[in-house]
Amino acid sequence: MKRLVTAMMLGTAALALAAPASAETLRWAAAGDSLTLDPHAQNEGPTHTMSHQVYETLLHRDMAGKIVPSLATEWAPTDDPNKWEFKLRPGVKFHDGADFTASDVVFSLKRAMLPDSDMKELLASVSDVVAVDDLTVQIVTNGPNPILPSNLTNLFILDEGWAKANGVEKPQDFEGGEETFAVRNANGTGAFMLVERAPDSKTVLKRNPNHWGKDQFSQDVTEIVFTPIQNAATRVAALLSGEVDFIQDVPVQDLGRVEAADGLVVRTAPQNRVIFFGMNVGDADLKTDNIEGKNPFADPRVREAMNMAINRDAIRQVVMRGQSQPAGVIMPPFVNGWTPELDAVPATDVAKAKALMAEAGYGDGFSVTLNCPNDRYINDEAICQAAVGMMGQIGIKVALDAKPKAQHFPLIGGYETDFYMLGWGVPTFDSEYIFNFLVHTKGEKYGSWNGTRYSNPELDAKIESLASETDLAKRDATIAEIWQVVQAETIYLPIHHQVLNWGMKSAIDFPVQPEDQPHFKYLTFKK
Amino acid sequence: MNAIRRALDSDLGHSFRHSPVTIVAAFFVVVLFAGAIFAPLIAPYSPFDPATLNLMNGFTPPMEPNAFTGETFWLGTDDQGRDVFSAILYGMRISLFVGFAAVLLALILGVVAGLVAGYVGGWFDTVIMRVADVQLTFPSILVAMLIFGIAKGLTPPDMRDQMAIWVLIVSIGLSDWVQFARVVRGATLVERGKEYVQAARLIGRSPGAIMFRHVLPNVMSPVLVIATIGLALAIIAEATLSFLGVGAPPTQPSLGTLIRIGQGYLFSGEWWILFFPAMTLLVLALSVNLLGDWLREALNPRLR
Amino acid sequence: MLAFVIRRVFQSVIVLLVVGLVAFSLFRFVGDPVENMLGQERTQADIDRLRAQLGLDQPFPVQYWRFLQNAADGNFGMSYRQGRPVTDLLIERAPATLELAFVSGLFALAGGIVLGIYTAIRKRGWLANFIMTASLIGVSLPTFLIGILLIWIFAVELGWLPSFGRGETVRIGWWTTGFLTESGLKALILPSITLGLYQMTLIMRLVRSEMLEVLRQDYIRFARARGLSERAVNFGHALKNTLVPVITVTGLQLGSIIAFAIITETVFQWPGVGLLFINAVQFVDIPVMAAYLMLISVMFVGINLIVDLLYVAIDPRLRADRAAAAK
Repeated sequence: MKRLVTAMMLGTAALALAAPASAETLRWAAAGDSLTLDPHAQNEGPTHTMSHQVYETLLHRDMAGKIVPSLATEWAPTDDPNKWEFKLRPGVKFHDGADFTASDVVFSLKRAMLPDSDMKELLASVSDVVAVDDLTVQIVTNGPNPILPSNLTNLFILDEGWAKANGVEKPQDFEGGEETFAVRNANGTGAFMLVERAPDSKTVLKRNPNHWGKDQFSQDVTEIVFTPIQNAATRVAALLSGEVDFIQDVPVQDLGRVEAADGLVVRTAPQNRVIFFGMNVGDADLKTDNIEGKNPFADPRVREAMNMAINRDAIRQVVMRGQSQPAGVIMPPFVNGWTPELDAVPATDVAKAKALMAEAGYGDGFSVTLNCPNDRYINDEAICQAAVGMMGQIGIKVALDAKPKAQHFPLIGGYETDFYMLGWGVPTFDSEYIFNFLVHTKGEKYGSWNGTRYSNPELDAKIESLASETDLAKRDATIAEIWQVVQAETIYLPIHHQVLNWGMKSAIDFPVQPEDQPHFKYLTFKK
Repeated sequence: MNAIRRALDSDLGHSFRHSPVTIVAAFFVVVLFAGAIFAPLIAPYSPFDPATLNLMNGFTPPMEPNAFTGETFWLGTDDQGRDVFSAILYGMRISLFVGFAAVLLALILGVVAGLVAGYVGGWFDTVIMRVADVQLTFPSILVAMLIFGIAKGLTPPDMRDQMAIWVLIVSIGLSDWVQFARVVRGATLVERGKEYVQAARLIGRSPGAIMFRHVLPNVMSPVLVIATIGLALAIIAEATLSFLGVGAPPTQPSLGTLIRIGQGYLFSGEWWILFFPAMTLLVLALSVNLLGDWLREALNPRLR
Repeated sequence: MLAFVIRRVFQSVIVLLVVGLVAFSLFRFVGDPVENMLGQERTQADIDRLRAQLGLDQPFPVQYWRFLQNAADGNFGMSYRQGRPVTDLLIERAPATLELAFVSGLFALAGGIVLGIYTAIRKRGWLANFIMTASLIGVSLPTFLIGILLIWIFAVELGWLPSFGRGETVRIGWWTTGFLTESGLKALILPSITLGLYQMTLIMRLVRSEMLEVLRQDYIRFARARGLSERAVNFGHALKNTLVPVITVTGLQLGSIIAFAIITETVFQWPGVGLLFINAVQFVDIPVMAAYLMLISVMFVGINLIVDLLYVAIDPRLRADRAAAAK
């Protein structure tokens, strides 16, 4: 027993020595962990967040969501419209001391185009990457690609030599269940270096003393300790009790409590994500309704009535506690193509909606099932519940089926839901991304998230033309035309744009990034 | 037979009268059961009809008028503008229904399996007891998650709302039957050797008649105790499963679902959304447990 | 005796096979893992390719047979979510759960025995009655609520104890322990109480009723009559005789402690196998779910088997009884 106590005391003493209590350590918590450190293996938000600390990209979205130079200092299309040229930053070194050169860029982008990469879709238009000299790279595309730069902001650059030495020339075959050296080790050029990694439990990073931007960025943080905490109440408790310094995703009901707590502050900004409902408008009959042989959603008047029945302001005030921006279009305001007119919120008018329902022949209403995730968006289940009540007021009896995202999303892709909730973020900040996935008829290359069965060949042709239209004015005009149709047909019922809430110690000065991507090199401590 | 029963009754009655805790517990059980049964008559609102809810009533504190609508609610409202008092009454209905049905299922399964296993013995006994082992291998919450998984895969999507309740009943019932089976089997093994059973067998009564007419009444008191405690356990299990996301749907919340919803508002100051359902559950489960405790001691004179 | 052991072991293997089948087949209904593994930009071709790669397009018996073959080698495949071998994940997470289960078991045993003895000796005392009633509160609230309430009181309002995680851990070989650091020990307190409360009530009641039973026995009366002190009677004689059933029950409860750790670990973000399992369920990570269930069943069946065999070794009467029942 005595020996045990001694051992315990020794352990404590050793720890006290090992962990210098430093104000510059940032203890950070979020709901989910990075899935893998291999930066090309998963195209997923929390995974990118971790990768962004250790690895860097050619171009970077800063804390305001603006594209700024990172490993590339200048970029422009060449005289050949199928070629973009990137000038690389000189004097950059990887964490292991290797020099950063054009060959690393060529290697990394080609690595990201391999079949096992989860990032390959973003480079689908790229046919080749060529090193012109040590600090110049050209990207060749199949046909002109006017928005190529915005596709590069999550494409991380690895060291070719390190990758080859450790046998990770190919991305981890994540789905095939492959574990490679790159999954738990990382060697980037980023502002932080990996110290320790225990997936789903703890990740430790330390400041990179040789980072190229050490004069440009504050780099106040010397060490980052990241812990994923899934349970929202526990996460908030950890912040309130001072066990962590910074959390992403504060539940809206706890904003007041965090704000009122001594030494804590909540920072808020609109997120690049819109929440909406989709309906099966294409099938001849619905599986989950009580009307035989007819699909009520196929009638645009029913869709319009539903759009009118949703009281977006009540959802904002009560369910979201003011932390949302009611939407009239399924496009976040950051996106090219967005106009205030498109996003004008439809007025709530239950009487008129009822009249429309009667006109469409559904005066007695009908019943249908609403599928909803319960762990994906802010208060997703509560929003769906509120919508159930609002639909009830115009006679649509909605049964709610809420479940984890892993079980919800397959329903949309598999055409197994007639009425569903979905949220959409637009990493390219361009309407084309929305059309490709949500509006175009579902097929091999397009419409994989279009669960509405909506199909309009004319619109499809217009959407496909966007990819290679170099005349940006003409392209924008086409985008506007497509939005007109989408709005007129009421294919989706927009609810709101999400608002991000980051909770932190008030000594921390850190703006909210619209894609929920904290880049800690920008973080400063108030002196 | 009647005389014995009367004596037992008066014995029970005597011990009941002399246990103030039991009297209080019984009082609460009666009040809460009545509240659940007569919920449609008592409840001022109908919380399960989403069309009657006004979202703007959400988060109204108890006994204070709502800032937007001016309506007042005794125990306040939850995040959807549901009257907490009405939701508790209706939620208790679901919780008690699930509890009773699950215990009934477990009891029937367990008593039959235990009686037959104990009385007939042989390979049937071996099989039953090994199945009981498998069952014990899976703790109740895992069993429930498994059954929930299959049921979800097998029922058509429009049935899932109603299905949740039945899945809860089946999963809780299936994970609790072993308790009954073991006790009844043990008791049956003892009873089987007694003279009255042998006598009954001699006069040619069928095994079924012997088991259910003669053996069963003599093993009923431990069964009654297990059933009472089991009811409390089932109500708690339902709440736990709701926390894991496999409970009653949020549009027709049980007591457990109400608590799961309410725990999200523990730090934000809307204490009533959690406090009242949690207190109701606590008082309900505690009272039932206390009754079970009392029953156990009253039916087992050696403990007195 | 040997025949009985062989038969019993054989039955256990069958049980494990059945559990394996149940675990493996039932979770196929939970959802489709493919959808989660691919990002927002996946196409139908990606989905089909991945299904084939994982063998999910194979007929069900083929999948199960493959699963069994690999499981026999201790290979449960790769986690769909983490892309790492499931066996590694389980080994990595096991210390956290085992330490939590150990401490809460200890807490339940110590608290249960002490309170059980007290309530048995002072049967009519008001404090004993209060303890009996109060202990029921612990079993009348769902575990997750108790955990959240403890966090609220001791972490948020009082700030005495951590609200999540294991604190600092020390690595000894492949084992990570929280026993050697102050923060590690502090972090164990709230989860252990949450997890152990239910078992403590159970053990306390068991000890109490066993004690009451034993105290009525003749030899205790004789001991008293011989003038032995109350203390010697209670602890020297009575307690000793209640411990056998208590230890048996505790052993059997160990499995359910580990199973119920799922909830405690979720509330306290405790990086153990229970949390791993819950994450796997949400993500439809079938290899992890199946391996976890197999692990739990091996443990349960193992404990059951040992208890059974011990009984037979100790008490020949049971052997006769079993033989009769098996006839």
